[in-house]
Amino acid sequence: MSRPRRKLHRNRAPGPAGRRAHPAPASGGGTAGRGGVRPVALASQAAGAGRAGTKRPANSIDTGRWAKPPVELAMHGLFLLCGLLAVAAVLFMTVYMVASGGPVIAKVGPGAFLFGRTWDPEKMRFGILPMILASLAATFGAILIALPTGILAAVFLAKLAPPRVAAVLRALVDLLAGIPSVVYGLLGALLIMPLIFRLQTALGLPTRGSLLAAILLLVIMILPTIISVSETAIRSVPAPYEDAALALGSTRLQSIFKVIVPAARSGIAAGTVLGTGRAIGEAMAVIMVAGNAAILPELLKPVRLLTASIPLEWAYSGGLHRDALYGIGLTLFVFIMIINIVLNRMLKKGGVSLDS
Amino acid sequence: MTVEPAGIGPITVKKRRGGEKALYGLIYLLSAGILVMVLYFVIYILIRGVPTVTPAFLTTAPNPIKKTVGIFPSLVNTLYIILFSLLISVPFGVGGAIYLNEYAKHRRLTGLIEFAAGVLSGIPSILYGIFGYVFFCVLLNLKVSLLAGVLTLTIMVLPIILRTTQEALRAVPVSYREGALGLGAAKWHMIRTLLLPCSLKGVLAGVILSIGRMISESAALLLVAGGSAMYMPKGSLFDQLASSGSTLSVELYRHAYSRGDNETAFGIAAVLLLIVIALNLLTRWIAKRLTEN
Amino acid sequence: MTMEAIRTEAVRAGDVRLYTEDLHLHYGDVHALKGINMEIRGHHVTALIGPSGCGKSTCLKTLNRMNDVVPRVRITGSVVLDGEDVYGKAVDVTVLRRKVGMVFQAPNPFPMSVYDNIAYGPRVHGIRRRIVLDEIVERSLVGAALWDEVKDRLKKPALSLSGGQQQRLCIARALATGPEVLLMDEPTSALDPISTLKIEELMAQLKRDYSIVIVTHNMQQAARISDYTAFFLLGELVECDRTDRMFASPRDRRTEDYITGRFG
Repeated sequence: MSRPRRKLHRNRAPGPAGRRAHPAPASGGGTAGRGGVRPVALASQAAGAGRAGTKRPANSIDTGRWAKPPVELAMHGLFLLCGLLAVAAVLFMTVYMVASGGPVIAKVGPGAFLFGRTWDPEKMRFGILPMILASLAATFGAILIALPTGILAAVFLAKLAPPRVAAVLRALVDLLAGIPSVVYGLLGALLIMPLIFRLQTALGLPTRGSLLAAILLLVIMILPTIISVSETAIRSVPAPYEDAALALGSTRLQSIFKVIVPAARSGIAAGTVLGTGRAIGEAMAVIMVAGNAAILPELLKPVRLLTASIPLEWAYSGGLHRDALYGIGLTLFVFIMIINIVLNRMLKKGGVSLDS
Repeated sequence: MTVEPAGIGPITVKKRRGGEKALYGLIYLLSAGILVMVLYFVIYILIRGVPTVTPAFLTTAPNPIKKTVGIFPSLVNTLYIILFSLLISVPFGVGGAIYLNEYAKHRRLTGLIEFAAGVLSGIPSILYGIFGYVFFCVLLNLKVSLLAGVLTLTIMVLPIILRTTQEALRAVPVSYREGALGLGAAKWHMIRTLLLPCSLKGVLAGVILSIGRMISESAALLLVAGGSAMYMPKGSLFDQLASSGSTLSVELYRHAYSRGDNETAFGIAAVLLLIVIALNLLTRWIAKRLTEN
Repeated sequence: MTMEAIRTEAVRAGDVRLYTEDLHLHYGDVHALKGINMEIRGHHVTALIGPSGCGKSTCLKTLNRMNDVVPRVRITGSVVLDGEDVYGKAVDVTVLRRKVGMVFQAPNPFPMSVYDNIAYGPRVHGIRRRIVLDEIVERSLVGAALWDEVKDRLKKPALSLSGGQQQRLCIARALATGPEVLLMDEPTSALDPISTLKIEELMAQLKRDYSIVIVTHNMQQAARISDYTAFFLLGELVECDRTDRMFASPRDRRTEDYITGRFG
C-alpha cells in the first residue's frame, strides 16, 4: 500500500444538533464565543477552564503508522518534550513544595501548626489557624458579594445591554482584569481603607486595615473573572431554550433567570471556582489593606491572610521561621490543588450535570 | 381525556410586575456601578500619577542624595524579564500545543498535559515565588536574580501560550491539513508551512496575555528576583541577569507599602495602567484582524 | 366567490378565531411578508405551505409575536385574535403567548426534569400549589399522548427522552399554559416517520380542543392532517382555502405548479 491510511478524529459527536447545552468554558474556552481573544489575566483563567472539556483536538489528522523520515521522528519527540514540560513543572512544584514545607509541619506537629492560634516567630510559636480562618473568611465573603453581582452584570452584558453599551462595559471589565494587583492594593489603601476607617472610628475601634477592606478589594479583583466566565456561559445557552420560555408566556427576565441562568450554571460554577482560587491566592493587594495582624478574624479588625506572611516576613526570616513560611506555602498549595481538582471534575462532567 | 382550555380572557389586561421592575433596576444599577467604578479608578490613577511621570522619572535611577526618584532600572528589569521569559516560553508553549493538537494519540497523555497546564494556570504567584526560590535560587544556585525571575515566570506563562496556540490550531480547518497531506507533504513540513502561519495570531494573542501577566507580577518576583532597582544597569547582559533587581510592580509595592511614598507609587501605577490599556487595545486589534480573515 | 367574500362571511359566522389584515413584515431591508390576509378557524387545523423562504414560518411567528425578539423587524397591518389586535398598545405579550402556544421545529425541552418542563409555564404564571401543578402536569401529558410513557420517570431529565417523546413533551408543555390556539413550526421535520405519525395522530385529537396552525414543507402532511391550507410564495399569500378544495382544484396557477411539483 503506497497511500497511508488516514483517520479523522473529531470530538465526540455532540448529539442532536445544538440540543445539549454545553457549559460555556467547556466548549472552546472563554474566548471562542465571541470569536476574539479576551485580554490579559482574565482570559488566562477563564479559558484555563477550557482545557478540560476538549479531549481531542477538533480537527487533526492522524497520519498513521508507516516509515517516517528522521526529521519527522525528531520533531515528534521535540514537541512531546514541550508538552511534557508543563507536566514536569507540576511534578517538580509538588515535590519541592512538600519537601520545603513538610519538615516544619513535622517538627511543630500538624495539629499545632494548622490549629495553633499564635503566630509569633520570635517565641518560635508557629500556629496558622488565624490566617487560615482569615483567608477562608475573606474568600467566602468576596464570593458572597461578587457572585450575585457578577451574574447580574453578566446577564446585563449577554442579554439586556445594547451592543455598544455592552462593548464599552466589556472593555472596562477586561481592563479591570488586567490591572496589576499592587495597583489594586494602592487603590484599596487610598480609597477603601479611609472609608472603613471612618466606620471603625464611629464604632470606637480605629485600626489600620480590616477584613472588610480585604473582602471589598477581593470582590473588585475577582469580579472580572466571574462576569466574563458567566457571560460566556450565558451566551452559550442555546437560543431555542429562550424561544421556548418566551413562547410559554414568560417575561424576558423570567426566561433569563428561570431557564437561561440555570442552564448556564455549570459554567457559572466554574467561574466561581476560578474566582475562589484567585481570591485565596492573592497576596500583594490584600497585604496593603488587611492590616496583617495574625489574630482570629473579625470583620472590622485587622486580619492576616495565609498569603501575607510570606512576602511580609520573607526578607528577615531564617531557620525554622523560614521553614514555617514554606509550611504556609504548602498549606496554600493543598488548598489550591483541591480547588483545581474540583474545577477539573466540574468541567469534565459539566455537560452531564446540566441535564439532571 | 383532553385538557380543557382554561379560558385566559382578554390579552389587553396588563399584569403588574413590580418585582421585575426592581430587578431591572438592580441590574442596571450594578452594571452602571461597575462602569463608573472602573472609570473612576482609571481617572484617579492617571490624575494622581501622571504629574509624576516626567522624562527624568522614566530615564534615571533613584538618587538618594539629590532626593530624586527614577524608575529606569526597574523599567529595564521589567523588559528583560518579559523578553527572556517569552524567549523560552513561546517555543515550549507552541511546541506543546502542536503536540497536543497534531501528534498526541493517547487520551491519557493529552489529558495529563492539559490537566498540568490547567493546574499551572491556577497556582497563585506567591507559590511560584516559593517554588522559584527553592528550585532556581537555591537548588540551581542562581541566587536571587533576574534570571531566576525569568525562569519562574516562564513556567507561569507557559500555560497561557499553550492554550491560545491550541485554540488557534483548532480553528484551522481539517480540510487544509488534508489538502497539504494529500499533496504528499510530510507532517512537519505541513505544520511549518501551513499550521504555524495560520496560528500566528493565536500565538501573538498568547504573547500579549503573557506580557500582561508578567507586568502585573509582583509576589513571585519579590521572592526570586527581589532586590531594589537603585542603580542604572551596567555590565554585560549576563551580569545584569545574574544580579537581583525589581520590576515596576515590585517597585510600586516597595514604594507604597514599605516606604509609604504614594507619589512615586502612583507614578508607577500610571505607567503600568497605560501599558495595560495599550495591551488591551492591541489584543482587541488582533482579535479584530483575526475575525476579519 | 372571491377570497375577500369568503373571508368576510367566515368572520361574520364567528368560526374564525384569528385573522391577519394587510400584514407586512420587514427584516431590515427585506420585505418578508407582503400584505397577508389570512384567517384561522377554530377547532380546525390550518396548514401553511410553500417553498423555503416563502415567509410561512415568519407569518406563523407574527401570530404570537415571537418576531418581537428579532432585531430590526418592522411590522404593519394587524393580527386580530378574538376581536383584539395582537399588536395593540395595551396588549400583554405574555398573556397573548399563553393563549397562543407554540411548538418549535426541533424539540427544545429545557434541561430540567420532565415534570419541571411541563410545570414551567404554570409556575411562571403564578401557580405554586403542588396538587394543582401535579394535576396540570398529568392532564397535559395525557393530552399530548405521552403520559403512559413517562409517568414513572417524571423526575428524569427531559433530555433523556427520545426525539419524538421530546417533541410530544414540548406539545404537553405548551398545553400546560391552557392555550386556545397552537402554533406548530414544522414540528415533525426533525423526527423519524414513526414519531411523525404519532404527532400527526395527536393533532387530529388536539383539534377538538384547540385551533391549530402548522407550518410544514411536506405537502402530503398538509393534505393528511389539515382542514385548511394557505399557500405562501415569496412573502405573499397566494391562496387560502379548504385543503380538499385546494389540492383538488387550485384557483391559482402558481398553487397548481407547486402542488404538482413543477417547482419547489
